[in-house]
Amino acid sequence: MIRLQNISWKAGAFALENVSFEVPAGSYAVLMGRTGTGKTSLIEIICGLRPPHSGQVWLNDRNVTNTPPGSRGLGFVPQDGALFPTMSVADQIGFALRIQKASPEVIVSTTKELAAEMNITHLLDRKPTGLSGGEKQRVALARALASKPAVLLLDEPLAAVDEETQSDLIQLLKRTQQQHQITVLHVTHSRREANALADLHLRLENHMVRIEPS
Amino acid sequence: MHRPFWIALSLICAAYLLFWGFMLGATATYTSPTEIWSVLISKEIRYATGLSLITCTIAAIGSLFVAVPIGYLMSRTRFWGRSMIDAALDIPIVLPPMVVGLCLLIFFQTPFGQGIEKLIPFTYTVAGVALAQFVIAAAFAIRTMRGVFDHLSARPEDVAMTLGCSRAQAVWHVTLPAARRGMFAAASVAWARSLGEFGPVLVFAGATRMKTEVLPTSVWLAWSVGELEQGVAVSLLMIALSMAVLIAIRLSGERA
Repeated sequence: MIRLQNISWKAGAFALENVSFEVPAGSYAVLMGRTGTGKTSLIEIICGLRPPHSGQVWLNDRNVTNTPPGSRGLGFVPQDGALFPTMSVADQIGFALRIQKASPEVIVSTTKELAAEMNITHLLDRKPTGLSGGEKQRVALARALASKPAVLLLDEPLAAVDEETQSDLIQLLKRTQQQHQITVLHVTHSRREANALADLHLRLENHMVRIEPS
Repeated sequence: MHRPFWIALSLICAAYLLFWGFMLGATATYTSPTEIWSVLISKEIRYATGLSLITCTIAAIGSLFVAVPIGYLMSRTRFWGRSMIDAALDIPIVLPPMVVGLCLLIFFQTPFGQGIEKLIPFTYTVAGVALAQFVIAAAFAIRTMRGVFDHLSARPEDVAMTLGCSRAQAVWHVTLPAARRGMFAAASVAWARSLGEFGPVLVFAGATRMKTEVLPTSVWLAWSVGELEQGVAVSLLMIALSMAVLIAIRLSGERA
């Protein structure tokens, strides 16, 4: 579950004012809105990368407003995947578990499982350079899922891939969300993505978020 | 249609490079290889070469130690007075080198400076040579590292933090490995700057033969007593070292 209560944030002329909404546990919410309305800032506030000026962020009945990003139990996939430039695909997927000091056996088995699930087993030894946009997003998704987060935040994950790859990734996202029973908040400009994926349609405009009828 | 424009620019570039080519060529052919070799193997020049290599390396490593954190800070943060700090970091670049040496000399006459001198004597010592090179070279290394961090997206660091890293861990595991070629370039720039540094070294560490004599000091000492061949030989050695650093930087940049 993701719950935002009266979140306000301001930078120059740009502002979010008393943003409140809830994404029920296990739901797939899609947040739309025009460029520059603050969708990415909202994702960053939920991640803990940007502190709100006021309001609270709740994840799975836990107030995480002052919790560091790594202790919030979430996965984050940014627009271009933001892969770690010098690490192999296998090292990227196992990164969270290595930071949590998991055993090497657990790291290897989880990496293999997620690589198979994302259909990127053949890429495990590769570095990010030379991967296609779709492959990068699959790696970023596997990396975000490795620590078994309860919440997944996707910031325009399909914006930089061609239409055919988008269709493949839409199927993958749908399957992943159902398999992992995860709560997803997906930011996009694409009505097609929203219609294909969303249980809950949200729109950010005039500094506030409102629920749209499906 | 735009051919005359590009030809004009190319001619300016060619004339500039030709001028440099003639200067280096004239220096290289001023004296005989035998004369150059006899100068380079002399006891004084071998000492100056060794001291230059050691102090430049110390200055370059020291520069990197301050350039990485300061470059990161200036690249990733926005705070009140940032532009003032940014300008202050460039002071060693715009100050006349002699003035930097004089500032060092005066600082070590203050009670605080004297306290440091009791622990490590800097004024007119080998340590002073490295310090004089460091204060200038660090400014260039900071500027280089800031450019490196400006070109590296902060997003992978953000993702690393959501995966359990603290900010310092994210920088250590994600950003610094990505910046390693930039760090090499910054250290090389600092090393090359240190090699050519003369003014602050002369004022702060002196020009004592077989003590605080580095390669630029050798050129100056040779020139001041009219031994131009010796000055030319040392200059050629410094040109060769600078070219090696330049090639190393270019190669590291191309591999990045």
